[in-house]
Amino acid sequence: MSTVTSEQVESRVIETLASFGPDASQITRDATFEELDIDSLDLVELAQVVEDDYGVVLKGEDMKELKTVGQAVDLIVSRAE
Amino acid sequence: MAERPEGCALVTGASRGIGAAIAKSLAGDGWAVAVNYRSDADGAAAVVAAIEQAGGRAVALGADVAAPTAADELFAGAESHFGVPVLALVNNAGIAADNLFSMLGDDDWQRVIDTNLTGAFRLTRRALKAMMRARFGRIISISSVVGLRANPGQANYAAAKAGLIAMTKTVAVEVGRRGITANTVAPGWIDTDMTADVESGLTANIPARRAGTPEEVAACVSFLASDGAAYVNGAVLTVDGGLAA
Repeated sequence: MSTVTSEQVESRVIETLASFGPDASQITRDATFEELDIDSLDLVELAQVVEDDYGVVLKGEDMKELKTVGQAVDLIVSRAE
Repeated sequence: MAERPEGCALVTGASRGIGAAIAKSLAGDGWAVAVNYRSDADGAAAVVAAIEQAGGRAVALGADVAAPTAADELFAGAESHFGVPVLALVNNAGIAADNLFSMLGDDDWQRVIDTNLTGAFRLTRRALKAMMRARFGRIISISSVVGLRANPGQANYAAAKAGLIAMTKTVAVEVGRRGITANTVAPGWIDTDMTADVESGLTANIPARRAGTPEEVAACVSFLASDGAAYVNGAVLTVDGGLAA
Protein backbone atom coordinates (compact mmCIF):
# COMPACT_ATOMS: atom_id res chain seq x y z
CA MET A 1 0.00 0.00 0.00
CA SER A 2 2.99 2.32 0.32
CA THR A 3 2.84 3.04 -3.40
CA VAL A 4 -0.50 4.84 -3.14
CA THR A 5 -0.08 8.56 -3.65
CA SER A 6 -2.35 11.34 -2.51
CA GLU A 7 -2.92 12.27 -6.16
CA GLN A 8 -4.05 8.75 -7.04
CA VAL A 9 -6.48 8.63 -4.13
CA GLU A 10 -7.80 12.10 -4.92
CA SER A 11 -8.39 11.19 -8.53
CA ARG A 12 -10.22 7.97 -7.55
CA VAL A 13 -12.32 9.78 -4.94
CA ILE A 14 -13.30 12.49 -7.44
CA GLU A 15 -14.16 9.89 -10.07
CA THR A 16 -16.36 8.02 -7.58
CA LEU A 17 -18.07 11.13 -6.25
CA ALA A 18 -18.72 12.34 -9.80
CA SER A 19 -20.59 9.09 -10.46
CA PHE A 20 -23.09 10.16 -7.78
CA GLY A 21 -24.12 13.30 -9.67
CA PRO A 22 -21.97 16.39 -9.13
CA ASP A 23 -19.88 17.74 -11.97
CA ALA A 24 -16.23 16.67 -11.62
CA SER A 25 -15.11 20.31 -11.90
CA GLN A 26 -17.02 21.15 -8.69
CA ILE A 27 -15.26 18.41 -6.73
CA THR A 28 -12.27 20.20 -5.22
CA ARG A 29 -10.43 19.40 -2.00
CA ASP A 30 -12.25 22.22 -0.23
CA ALA A 31 -15.71 21.31 -1.47
CA THR A 32 -17.99 19.99 1.25
CA PHE A 33 -20.12 16.93 0.75
CA GLU A 34 -23.11 19.06 1.64
CA GLU A 35 -22.38 21.51 -1.20
CA LEU A 36 -21.91 18.63 -3.60
CA ASP A 37 -25.17 17.04 -2.45
CA ILE A 38 -23.28 13.90 -1.48
CA ASP A 39 -25.33 12.10 1.15
CA SER A 40 -24.56 9.41 3.71
CA LEU A 41 -25.44 6.59 1.33
CA ASP A 42 -23.02 7.99 -1.25
CA LEU A 43 -20.31 8.00 1.42
CA VAL A 44 -21.06 4.36 2.25
CA GLU A 45 -20.52 3.53 -1.41
CA LEU A 46 -17.32 5.58 -1.48
CA ALA A 47 -16.12 3.59 1.54
CA GLN A 48 -16.73 0.35 -0.38
CA VAL A 49 -14.73 1.58 -3.35
CA VAL A 50 -11.90 2.60 -1.04
CA GLU A 51 -11.97 -0.79 0.69
CA ASP A 52 -11.91 -2.66 -2.62
CA ASP A 53 -9.18 -0.51 -4.19
CA TYR A 54 -6.90 0.26 -1.25
CA GLY A 55 -7.84 -2.27 1.44
CA VAL A 56 -8.70 0.61 3.74
CA VAL A 57 -11.73 -0.08 5.93
CA LEU A 58 -13.66 3.06 6.79
CA LYS A 59 -16.22 2.66 9.55
CA GLY A 60 -19.39 4.65 10.06
CA GLU A 61 -17.68 6.68 12.80
CA ASP A 62 -14.88 7.65 10.39
CA MET A 63 -17.35 8.79 7.76
CA LYS A 64 -19.35 10.92 10.17
CA GLU A 65 -16.33 13.13 10.83
CA LEU A 66 -15.70 13.86 7.16
CA LYS A 67 -16.98 17.19 5.87
CA THR A 68 -14.82 17.89 2.80
CA VAL A 69 -13.35 15.98 -0.11
CA GLY A 70 -9.83 16.82 1.11
CA GLN A 71 -10.52 15.34 4.55
CA ALA A 72 -11.68 12.10 2.94
CA VAL A 73 -8.59 11.92 0.72
CA ASP A 74 -6.25 12.61 3.65
CA LEU A 75 -7.92 9.99 5.83
CA ILE A 76 -7.68 7.33 3.12
CA VAL A 77 -4.04 8.15 2.38
CA SER A 78 -3.11 8.05 6.08
CA ARG A 79 -4.81 4.67 6.54
CA ALA A 80 -3.25 3.25 3.37
CA GLU A 81 0.30 4.00 4.53
CA MET B 1 -36.54 1.83 -17.57
CA ALA B 2 -32.88 0.88 -17.58
CA GLU B 3 -32.10 -2.67 -18.62
CA ARG B 4 -31.43 -5.03 -15.76
CA PRO B 5 -27.69 -5.54 -15.29
CA GLU B 6 -26.37 -9.08 -15.44
CA GLY B 7 -26.61 -10.84 -12.12
CA CYS B 8 -27.54 -14.06 -10.42
CA ALA B 9 -29.94 -14.97 -7.63
CA LEU B 10 -29.19 -16.52 -4.25
CA VAL B 11 -31.95 -18.35 -2.41
CA THR B 12 -31.18 -19.50 1.13
CA GLY B 13 -32.72 -22.67 2.50
CA ALA B 14 -33.58 -23.83 -0.99
CA SER B 15 -33.15 -27.60 -0.74
CA ARG B 16 -36.87 -28.16 -0.15
CA GLY B 17 -40.24 -26.60 0.54
CA ILE B 18 -40.82 -22.95 -0.25
CA GLY B 19 -37.12 -22.25 -0.95
CA ALA B 20 -36.90 -25.02 -3.54
CA ALA B 21 -40.02 -23.72 -5.28
CA ILE B 22 -38.58 -20.17 -5.29
CA ALA B 23 -35.27 -21.37 -6.77
CA LYS B 24 -37.09 -23.20 -9.56
CA SER B 25 -39.39 -20.28 -10.24
CA LEU B 26 -36.55 -17.73 -10.47
CA ALA B 27 -34.58 -20.08 -12.71
CA GLY B 28 -37.66 -20.29 -14.94
CA ASP B 29 -37.61 -16.49 -15.12
CA GLY B 30 -34.06 -16.62 -16.48
CA TRP B 31 -32.04 -16.07 -13.30
CA ALA B 32 -28.96 -18.22 -12.69
CA VAL B 33 -29.69 -19.45 -9.17
CA ALA B 34 -27.45 -20.36 -6.24
CA VAL B 35 -29.35 -22.97 -4.23
CA ASN B 36 -28.23 -22.75 -0.60
CA TYR B 37 -28.73 -25.63 1.82
CA ARG B 38 -27.59 -26.35 5.36
CA SER B 39 -27.76 -30.13 5.69
CA ASP B 40 -29.83 -31.57 2.84
CA ALA B 41 -27.23 -31.81 0.08
CA ASP B 42 -29.31 -34.41 -1.77
CA GLY B 43 -32.34 -32.14 -1.75
CA ALA B 44 -30.30 -29.22 -3.09
CA ALA B 45 -28.76 -31.43 -5.78
CA ALA B 46 -32.25 -32.50 -6.85
CA VAL B 47 -33.35 -28.85 -7.10
CA VAL B 48 -30.28 -28.04 -9.22
CA ALA B 49 -30.93 -31.08 -11.42
CA ALA B 50 -34.57 -30.07 -11.92
CA ILE B 51 -33.55 -26.53 -12.88
CA GLU B 52 -30.90 -27.76 -15.32
CA GLN B 53 -33.30 -30.26 -16.83
CA ALA B 54 -35.68 -27.38 -17.51
CA GLY B 55 -32.87 -25.52 -19.29
CA GLY B 56 -31.87 -23.24 -16.42
CA ARG B 57 -28.63 -22.65 -14.57
CA ALA B 58 -28.08 -23.44 -10.89
CA VAL B 59 -25.45 -24.39 -8.36
CA ALA B 60 -25.83 -25.91 -4.88
CA LEU B 61 -23.95 -24.13 -2.09
CA GLY B 62 -23.80 -25.53 1.44
CA ALA B 63 -23.68 -23.13 4.39
CA ASP B 64 -25.50 -22.56 7.66
CA VAL B 65 -26.77 -18.98 7.39
CA ALA B 66 -26.54 -18.68 11.18
CA ALA B 67 -22.74 -18.83 10.88
CA PRO B 68 -21.03 -15.41 10.74
CA THR B 69 -18.92 -16.50 7.76
CA ALA B 70 -21.84 -17.79 5.67
CA ALA B 71 -22.58 -14.55 3.82
CA ASP B 72 -19.07 -14.15 2.45
CA GLU B 73 -18.86 -17.86 1.57
CA LEU B 74 -22.17 -17.89 -0.25
CA PHE B 75 -21.61 -14.68 -2.20
CA ALA B 76 -18.08 -15.70 -3.19
CA GLY B 77 -19.39 -19.13 -4.23
CA ALA B 78 -22.26 -17.79 -6.31
CA GLU B 79 -20.24 -15.00 -7.92
CA SER B 80 -17.30 -17.21 -8.83
CA HIS B 81 -19.55 -19.92 -10.26
CA PHE B 82 -21.69 -17.65 -12.42
CA GLY B 83 -19.17 -14.86 -12.97
CA VAL B 84 -21.73 -12.15 -12.17
CA PRO B 85 -22.78 -10.46 -8.91
CA VAL B 86 -25.75 -11.56 -6.84
CA LEU B 87 -28.48 -9.06 -7.73
CA ALA B 88 -31.43 -10.97 -6.28
CA LEU B 89 -31.29 -12.25 -2.72
CA VAL B 90 -34.08 -14.32 -1.23
CA ASN B 91 -33.78 -14.63 2.54
CA ASN B 92 -35.76 -17.82 2.94
CA ALA B 93 -33.77 -20.05 5.32
CA GLY B 94 -35.69 -20.52 8.52
CA ILE B 95 -36.14 -22.88 11.41
CA ALA B 96 -38.80 -23.24 14.07
CA ALA B 97 -38.42 -24.38 17.68
CA ASP B 98 -41.92 -23.99 19.07
CA ASN B 99 -42.85 -23.90 22.72
CA LEU B 100 -45.23 -22.00 24.94
CA PHE B 101 -43.61 -18.74 25.96
CA SER B 102 -43.08 -19.69 29.61
CA MET B 103 -41.31 -22.88 28.55
CA LEU B 104 -39.17 -21.32 25.83
CA GLY B 105 -35.48 -21.90 26.56
CA ASP B 106 -32.66 -19.44 25.85
CA ASP B 107 -31.17 -21.81 23.31
CA ASP B 108 -34.38 -22.18 21.30
CA TRP B 109 -34.86 -18.42 21.39
CA GLN B 110 -31.33 -17.72 20.20
CA ARG B 111 -31.00 -20.28 17.43
CA VAL B 112 -34.26 -19.20 15.80
CA ILE B 113 -33.20 -15.54 15.93
CA ASP B 114 -29.71 -16.41 14.64
CA THR B 115 -30.97 -18.32 11.61
CA ASN B 116 -34.16 -16.47 10.73
CA LEU B 117 -33.11 -12.90 11.44
CA THR B 118 -29.36 -12.46 11.98
CA GLY B 119 -28.55 -14.64 8.99
CA ALA B 120 -30.77 -12.48 6.79
CA PHE B 121 -29.13 -9.34 8.22
CA ARG B 122 -25.63 -10.47 7.29
CA LEU B 123 -26.66 -11.70 3.84
CA THR B 124 -28.54 -8.51 3.05
CA ARG B 125 -25.62 -6.34 4.20
CA ARG B 126 -23.29 -8.33 1.97
CA ALA B 127 -25.72 -8.19 -0.95
CA LEU B 128 -25.98 -4.41 -0.89
CA LYS B 129 -22.32 -3.97 -1.83
CA ALA B 130 -22.75 -5.21 -5.38
CA MET B 131 -26.34 -4.03 -5.69
CA MET B 132 -25.41 -0.43 -4.88
CA ARG B 133 -22.68 -0.51 -7.53
CA ALA B 134 -25.04 -2.07 -10.05
CA ARG B 135 -27.82 0.43 -9.29
CA PHE B 136 -30.09 -2.58 -9.24
CA GLY B 137 -31.08 -5.15 -6.67
CA ARG B 138 -33.93 -7.28 -5.44
CA ILE B 139 -34.04 -8.30 -1.79
CA ILE B 140 -36.95 -10.52 -0.86
CA SER B 141 -37.31 -11.76 2.68
CA ILE B 142 -39.63 -14.61 3.49
CA SER B 143 -41.41 -13.72 6.69
CA SER B 144 -44.67 -15.26 7.90
CA VAL B 145 -48.18 -14.21 8.85
CA VAL B 146 -46.97 -15.10 12.34
CA GLY B 147 -44.85 -11.94 12.10
CA LEU B 148 -48.08 -9.96 11.68
CA ARG B 149 -50.54 -11.89 13.83
CA ALA B 150 -49.86 -13.87 16.98
CA ASN B 151 -49.73 -17.64 17.03
CA PRO B 152 -49.37 -19.41 20.39
CA GLY B 153 -46.11 -21.31 20.84
CA GLN B 154 -44.13 -19.31 18.31
CA ALA B 155 -42.81 -16.26 20.16
CA ASN B 156 -39.25 -16.81 18.97
CA TYR B 157 -40.31 -17.48 15.37
CA ALA B 158 -42.73 -14.54 15.42
CA ALA B 159 -40.11 -12.17 16.84
CA ALA B 160 -37.67 -13.18 14.10
CA LYS B 161 -40.28 -12.93 11.35
CA ALA B 162 -41.58 -9.55 12.55
CA GLY B 163 -37.97 -8.40 12.82
CA LEU B 164 -37.43 -9.47 9.23
CA ILE B 165 -40.31 -7.25 8.10
CA ALA B 166 -38.97 -4.21 9.96
CA MET B 167 -35.41 -4.84 8.81
CA THR B 168 -36.45 -5.23 5.18
CA LYS B 169 -38.56 -2.05 5.27
CA THR B 170 -35.59 -0.12 6.65
CA VAL B 171 -33.36 -1.41 3.86
CA ALA B 172 -36.02 -0.39 1.35
CA VAL B 173 -36.02 3.25 2.45
CA GLU B 174 -32.24 3.45 2.80
CA VAL B 175 -31.30 2.14 -0.65
CA GLY B 176 -34.44 2.71 -2.73
CA ARG B 177 -32.75 5.51 -4.64
CA ARG B 178 -30.13 3.08 -5.90
CA GLY B 179 -32.63 1.04 -7.89
CA ILE B 180 -32.80 -1.58 -5.17
CA THR B 181 -36.08 -2.88 -3.81
CA ALA B 182 -36.51 -4.78 -0.55
CA ASN B 183 -39.81 -6.49 0.08
CA THR B 184 -41.21 -9.17 2.35
CA VAL B 185 -43.45 -12.07 1.54
CA ALA B 186 -45.50 -13.35 4.45
CA PRO B 187 -46.83 -16.85 3.79
CA GLY B 188 -49.60 -18.30 5.87
CA TRP B 189 -50.09 -22.03 6.21
CA ILE B 190 -48.17 -23.58 3.33
CA ASP B 191 -48.04 -27.31 2.77
CA THR B 192 -44.37 -28.24 3.46
CA ASP B 193 -42.33 -30.53 5.71
CA MET B 194 -42.24 -27.72 8.28
CA THR B 195 -46.01 -27.69 8.63
CA ALA B 196 -46.52 -31.45 8.29
CA ASP B 197 -47.40 -31.75 11.98
CA VAL B 198 -49.98 -28.96 11.93
CA GLU B 199 -53.52 -30.21 12.39
CA SER B 200 -55.42 -30.21 9.12
CA GLY B 201 -58.50 -28.94 11.02
CA LEU B 202 -56.90 -25.49 10.97
CA THR B 203 -58.05 -24.97 7.39
CA ALA B 204 -61.45 -23.98 8.81
CA ASN B 205 -59.87 -20.67 9.89
CA ILE B 206 -58.48 -19.90 6.44
CA PRO B 207 -60.90 -18.09 4.10
CA ALA B 208 -59.54 -20.15 1.19
CA ARG B 209 -60.31 -23.33 3.21
CA ARG B 210 -57.04 -24.95 2.21
CA ALA B 211 -53.30 -24.76 2.76
CA GLY B 212 -51.23 -22.93 0.17
CA THR B 213 -48.54 -24.48 -1.99
CA PRO B 214 -44.85 -23.55 -2.15
CA GLU B 215 -45.39 -22.66 -5.80
CA GLU B 216 -47.98 -20.05 -4.83
CA VAL B 217 -45.40 -18.35 -2.60
CA ALA B 218 -42.72 -18.69 -5.29
CA ALA B 219 -44.94 -16.95 -7.85
CA CYS B 220 -45.06 -13.87 -5.60
CA VAL B 221 -41.28 -13.91 -5.16
CA SER B 222 -40.85 -14.14 -8.92
CA PHE B 223 -43.05 -11.09 -9.33
CA LEU B 224 -41.11 -9.08 -6.72
CA ALA B 225 -37.84 -10.02 -8.45
CA SER B 226 -39.16 -8.97 -11.85
CA ASP B 227 -38.76 -5.66 -13.67
CA GLY B 228 -42.50 -5.24 -13.34
CA ALA B 229 -42.13 -4.84 -9.56
CA ALA B 230 -39.57 -2.01 -9.80
CA TYR B 231 -41.89 0.41 -7.98
CA VAL B 232 -42.89 -2.04 -5.22
CA ASN B 233 -40.60 -1.30 -2.29
CA GLY B 234 -40.88 -1.95 1.44
CA ALA B 235 -44.07 -3.93 0.95
CA VAL B 236 -45.31 -6.95 2.87
CA LEU B 237 -47.15 -9.31 0.57
CA THR B 238 -49.25 -11.82 2.48
CA VAL B 239 -49.78 -15.15 0.74
CA ASP B 240 -52.14 -16.79 3.15
CA GLY B 241 -55.50 -17.48 1.53
CA GLY B 242 -56.91 -14.51 3.41
CA LEU B 243 -55.89 -15.68 6.90
CA ALA B 244 -54.46 -12.32 8.06
CA ALA B 245 -57.10 -10.19 6.35
